[in-house]
Amino acid sequence: MNPMQQETRQYATFRVYDLFLGIEVDSVQEIIRQQKMTVVPLAPGVIEGLINLRGQIVIAIDARRSLGLPAWQGEDVRANIVVRSEDGAVSLLVDDIDDVMDVPLDAWSPVPDNMPAEQRELIECVYNLKQGLMLAINTANLLQVACS
Amino acid sequence: MSEMFEEEIREFLIESNENLANLDREIVELEQHPDDAELISSVFRTIHTIKGTSGFFGFDLLGAVAHITENILSQVREGQRSLTPELISLILEAVDKIKALLAKIEADGLEGDDDALELRRRLESAFQACGAPVAEADAPPLPATMQQAEDPVVESAPQLEQATPESAGAKESQGREAHLADSTIRVDVGLLDKLMNLVGELVLARNQLLQDATNQTTTLQKTSQRLNLITSELQEGVMKTRMQPIGVVWNKLPRVVRDLASKCGKRVQIEMEGAGTELDKTIIEAVKDPLTHIVRNACDHGIEMPGVRLSRNKPAEGQLLLRAYHEGGVVNIEISDDGAGIDVEKVKKKAVEKGLIRLEQAVRMSEREARQLIFMPGFSTAAQVTSISGRGVGMDVVKTNIEKIGGSVEVMPRVPCGTTVQIKIPLTLAIIPGLVVSLDAVAGRDAEEGCVEHRFVVPQANLLELVRLEGKTDLNLIASVHGTPVVHHRGRLLPLVYLNRVLGIPPRQQAAQGEEVVSIVVVQAENRQMGLVVDHIRDTQEIVVKPLGRQLKGLTCYVGATIMGDGLPALILDVAGLARLGGLMGQSRLQDADADEVEENEAAGRMQKLLLFRAGRFDRLAVPLSLVARLEEVEGERVERAAGRTVLHYRGDILPLVSLRSVLEPDQEDPSFSAPRLQVIVFADGARRVGVVVDHIDDILYEAYTVKRRGSIPGLLGSAVIGGKITDLLDLHALVEAAGGNWLERPAGLGRVLLMDPSTTAREMLSEYLEFAGYEVLRAAGVSEALPLLERAPVDMILAATELGQGSRAAELETLRLSANQPQLSVVGLVDRRDQMGARGGFQFDALMVRADRAALLDGMAELVRSGEPALEVAS
Repeated sequence: MNPMQQETRQYATFRVYDLFLGIEVDSVQEIIRQQKMTVVPLAPGVIEGLINLRGQIVIAIDARRSLGLPAWQGEDVRANIVVRSEDGAVSLLVDDIDDVMDVPLDAWSPVPDNMPAEQRELIECVYNLKQGLMLAINTANLLQVACS
Repeated sequence: MSEMFEEEIREFLIESNENLANLDREIVELEQHPDDAELISSVFRTIHTIKGTSGFFGFDLLGAVAHITENILSQVREGQRSLTPELISLILEAVDKIKALLAKIEADGLEGDDDALELRRRLESAFQACGAPVAEADAPPLPATMQQAEDPVVESAPQLEQATPESAGAKESQGREAHLADSTIRVDVGLLDKLMNLVGELVLARNQLLQDATNQTTTLQKTSQRLNLITSELQEGVMKTRMQPIGVVWNKLPRVVRDLASKCGKRVQIEMEGAGTELDKTIIEAVKDPLTHIVRNACDHGIEMPGVRLSRNKPAEGQLLLRAYHEGGVVNIEISDDGAGIDVEKVKKKAVEKGLIRLEQAVRMSEREARQLIFMPGFSTAAQVTSISGRGVGMDVVKTNIEKIGGSVEVMPRVPCGTTVQIKIPLTLAIIPGLVVSLDAVAGRDAEEGCVEHRFVVPQANLLELVRLEGKTDLNLIASVHGTPVVHHRGRLLPLVYLNRVLGIPPRQQAAQGEEVVSIVVVQAENRQMGLVVDHIRDTQEIVVKPLGRQLKGLTCYVGATIMGDGLPALILDVAGLARLGGLMGQSRLQDADADEVEENEAAGRMQKLLLFRAGRFDRLAVPLSLVARLEEVEGERVERAAGRTVLHYRGDILPLVSLRSVLEPDQEDPSFSAPRLQVIVFADGARRVGVVVDHIDDILYEAYTVKRRGSIPGLLGSAVIGGKITDLLDLHALVEAAGGNWLERPAGLGRVLLMDPSTTAREMLSEYLEFAGYEVLRAAGVSEALPLLERAPVDMILAATELGQGSRAAELETLRLSANQPQLSVVGLVDRRDQMGARGGFQFDALMVRADRAALLDGMAELVRSGEPALEVAS
């Protein structure tokens, strides 16, 4: 029996290139498999296209390009994490979906200074878990970056 | 208590607000027709109802204000007093207080602490001032409720019936209203919005189903057809529920106008036409503020003081007319006044002062463009900032708000005086018809992603027509005018925008030579037309406009997105945005859009060498190099003044000098002649020469150009786009005139010639040159224009562009020659290049000459005039 009730926070985790990332469950609307997409000419590079989410038009943002990582190669099997934002839902294209995890808050540590600048802006903090380092995404910043 | 009656109070508030909305208008109307018993009764009834109900709920203050107002009104109704403007103002003030109290009650359920004692006292004394003792005055209007009337708090709802106006007419109309109320129902707007969205989804699902149903069983096809019809009807029905008459917004305006007019001591009458014109509720909301602002502006700036008006032979009372009407899928709203109108020069001056435009822009600007300046942010011509207007935050907001809902706004002068502001807005925003077009996807990346084509939707509102060019002859209609592709279409040149180039999509595989097909969607935006070149034109569809997320808001080429029949999203194109991307609109949307200013054939200007130079604030001037004899740089000391003229000893001759700055900017100081070294362009004409002093000589370009606008400054022919920039063209003839009239002896009249050329630029340039050389020139674009000229004055020679003698036009030209009734008259054909002189068909010209070779042209003409005999190909 452990009298110390450990405080945790739920994260939906996923993988992008070699990174293990997480988004707070509260801000995730849903997770869907690969969707057909409409390309938007002249859109910022990180915007992959538009998807039809049950009649709602949702912008899909490429997580790799947002984080300054090499583009996806080969057959597209990426998944969409639909994130709630102030102005409607936005989808994040990620390589692979992982579990929803209870992350203990004492595993928290700040973003390391030696992280590439474009990533540091999008990462809120880091959790040192037994599966490895999980980077918690700052969704507001991520969506903001896609505006430019 | 308020908790108990929460629902009832809500009802009371809704009802009161509805009645009060009409009250303003009715009271103002009452001022115009003080004897209208129906109106008085209606106003009375509204106030009375509020008084009664507020007493019931225990809103004492509200009841007290309503009560005393009602008392005054009842005096009016009984004919004991007449409605003076002061009394009307007081009543309006009381109505405002009632509104404020209602708003307060709506917000927190309480009346608040402000007891409006001062207002009540004034109302009371106005009531007493009627002359009749209080009791008597109170007695006749409300015999049944007299006791209660003294104490409004006690008065309760049941008395309402008793207290209603006694007259039979009023009762009848109340009965009518009651009946109306039975057949209508109040619906929450949020619910309607939700219904609209659902119908939108249904429309999309229907589109999807229809697409699939074509290869299904007949039963399914039949069902889907029925579904199709029902959906359309449902959509129409739901849209109708959201429609409101524009009068809802207009009702508030008479009050606004009245208050404003009395504040500035003006008299304004407001008239309305088409108040029943219906618009979507969201649009009604969106135009409310812009309309109010325009009306305020018209009262404040447009309509003059009564004294001024009388001195201008106008009635002292200004007139404001609001009109609304449907026209081809859009609603037009016009607000016109018979005031002073917009002083274009004043507007330009102000805009320059405020730094919104540069002086040279202002000079070149047409009146129409100048009027549009009032929509620029930070523009306000009111000399003083008043509480009414003049903060300079008005008209630009008006414009942005109206453009936000897909509308447009324009100011124009009204005949005979005043201004009209015209607003065009779409009927609805939610579901619009559109044309689906597509671009082929490139084999590479896109195809890998399973993407066959890029689909886009062009809103039907922008669509004019569809053109398909096929085969060599058709494709030859596409030409290039200084880098901009254009197509000859219906006698005009239509600029083309290639959708793939604008959107940065690599072009599809080129089709084999001669098999290529070009599909053009002719669209219009902001009074400009253009041809949008796409790979395929699909079909028209009802589409549901959905907004794009914040991340794509920056892209001006899309208005939104929609979902197509196959479930994939497609982008809706913003035609105006595309035109801007395609470089058609330039940086400024103020650029001329007057269709009549763009002359036919103009864009097909001829290739010419042009000398670019600058003088003063004109930093891009040009003149055809063919007119220039030499470019000289001379020391300032060599310039001499003789007999009041500035001259230069030049190659054993005396060269008169003109400073270009002094001609173009006569009011400015001109340092040209005091410079150590002068840049002189020597223009020669036979033995005569003129030296024009400029600041700097920049470049020589070889380009075809088009004079876009006639110049308003003496010395300038107009402006054109040369080398991608706006350039002013020098008018040599006018320059010499402007520089001091006849300082240069004009040669004796060499004769009168008729110059016919469909291209204005070529015609103006050449006639100017010929006039300079001593000919009198009659100008015409073609035979039909030339005939009346010939009737008026005989000519010595006709110069005509050779294309006027080709094919069927040859006969026309022959008629012209015969109608001149001069057997000796020579008709000279003008060609662009020497090598065109050989190929001749159609009309037999007496001689052919090259336009650009001016010296040879003059010699040849002189010879023809002298000899009076035809001579072939003089200008060899």
